[in-house]
Amino acid sequence: MNKARRNIWHSVAAHGILLTYTLLALFPVFVILINSFKTRKAIFRHPLQLPGPDTFSTIGYDTVLKQGDFIQYFENSLIVTVVSLFFVLLFGAMAAFALAEYRFKGNTLLGLFLALGIMIPIRIGTVAILKMMVASGLVNTLTALILVYTAQGLPLAVFILTEFMKQVSEDLKNAGRIDGLSEYAIFFRLVLPLVRPAMATVAVFNMIPIWNDLWFPLILAPSEATKTLTLGSQVFIGQFVTNWNAVLAALSMAIIPVLVLYVIFSRQLIRGITSGAVK
Amino acid sequence: MSALKLEKVCKSFGSVKVLHDIDLTVEDGEFVVFVGPSGCGKSTLLRVIAGLEDASSGSVEIAGRDVTTTPPSKRGIAMVFQSYALYPHLTVQGNMELGLKQARMPKSEIAQRVAEASRMLSLDDYLDRRPAELSGGQRQRVAIGRAITREPELFLFDEPLSNLDAALRMNTRIEIANLHRTIDSAMVYVTHDQIEAMTLADRIVVLRDGRVEQIGSPMDIYNDPDNQFVASFIGSPAMNFVKAAAYGFDKGAVLGIRPEYLTVVDSGRLSGVVTHIERLGAETNLLVDLDTDDTITLRLFGQYSFDVGQKVGVDFDDAKALFFGKDGQRIR
Repeated sequence: MNKARRNIWHSVAAHGILLTYTLLALFPVFVILINSFKTRKAIFRHPLQLPGPDTFSTIGYDTVLKQGDFIQYFENSLIVTVVSLFFVLLFGAMAAFALAEYRFKGNTLLGLFLALGIMIPIRIGTVAILKMMVASGLVNTLTALILVYTAQGLPLAVFILTEFMKQVSEDLKNAGRIDGLSEYAIFFRLVLPLVRPAMATVAVFNMIPIWNDLWFPLILAPSEATKTLTLGSQVFIGQFVTNWNAVLAALSMAIIPVLVLYVIFSRQLIRGITSGAVK
Repeated sequence: MSALKLEKVCKSFGSVKVLHDIDLTVEDGEFVVFVGPSGCGKSTLLRVIAGLEDASSGSVEIAGRDVTTTPPSKRGIAMVFQSYALYPHLTVQGNMELGLKQARMPKSEIAQRVAEASRMLSLDDYLDRRPAELSGGQRQRVAIGRAITREPELFLFDEPLSNLDAALRMNTRIEIANLHRTIDSAMVYVTHDQIEAMTLADRIVVLRDGRVEQIGSPMDIYNDPDNQFVASFIGSPAMNFVKAAAYGFDKGAVLGIRPEYLTVVDSGRLSGVVTHIERLGAETNLLVDLDTDDTITLRLFGQYSFDVGQKVGVDFDDAKALFFGKDGQRIR
């Protein structure tokens, strides 16, 4: 910033606001993390104290790793999230390409129809979805979850990606056509790399709700073999007694993969958010 | 055999008709420029020739082959775009090779063609760079190189110089002219810039609202326009139009005279007041409000000084005057 526009009080205020927000956002995570390493008594006596020599304990992690198939839950969550994201991005991008690239009757209507899902929560259809899954024998399979999450993610993906695809230079696609690239090659080799930031944005927006979802795993796939991490952690929450050490430990561990995926996408994400605004 | 033959080509988008019965033949080795105001359909026509848009009716023939339903890559054409349209993830070499690789051409042949194109356009030092690392002029040269390597029957240029700055535009224009001299293929070039049209073309096609207004050599179009639109579109400053009757001519409704054919005299058939003067060094442009309420432009070669508000007499050589009817058609 140049000198004329620099004002010490403005930057103090701006940083103050940003720091406050950062603290607010990180505080719950911090509390979960420190308490997951404490004894049960310490959690309740001094919930905000860091684990000390007297209060340090890994009992929560031991319980979680011993009890049930925690690794299995972890794997289920990861499979469901990654596969759903893959399908959301693939089908979303393909639909967006068709809507942005080809003139056909009902193009706008179809676009609106596909975007309708943004406004209607998929959970309204839970009973119907459950009936469908029972009828098709998909209850208690990861496939059921993947199908539902793909459907849930597609509307927003199509909506966002269509806008980005429209910005990809018409000339570039035409140059590809003249050079003999097929429409698939144009899509995969020319257009997809150019909308990568938008794809990352869509991926992050979809990833977290899928990873954290409790609703559909509970209804569609509650069996031991198909439990996701969020659902699996519920075994430690009882009606009368809750094993807080285990719950906190499970939640702490659940953060890690999301964090990793986020770091992978975040560089792209920032470019996605600023693209258009900042050239 | 002609390089390109269009017969009754029409194109509609929905109910909007953008091209009306275009007939055109481009001979081998000919450089044809489509020129017209924006929205006249010149780019659409080029896209129809390239196969990027389907013609609604009519036929397109390239090098004696009917290609009306042939995909772009099999038409024997190469196209250079206004926005360069280079593949951002490929190097200069990769950009030039892609079309040939898609056509499954032997490696040695590809290497030889790329080397040839890169030598012609002095791109040898940049073969390993990506488009993002090149300047605008270099990018356009790569785009031209990519077209050359295809060794097409017909080159198509879609306003290739519009994104370049003025100095570079002139250099690249000369390069394109040299290129045409060297490789001797037919070229179709779309522009809205009349300088490009006049300097590059063997023949100019003037388009308006999806119709061909006139086809002819640059000097034919300039000296002998078929109608008032062509007369006003080509030439800068634009031709002056005044009511013929007001100056004692009984031929036609409108009298057209180019600014450079008007001279300042002490007492002429016209007289008026100078309202604006543009001194460009090599020439001086005068805007004069005539006593008969018409405003005309004079183009005087050399440096002159006039005052705004000064009364001047204006005259012209009758032989240079053009006459147009009420419908805008030329009366010869």
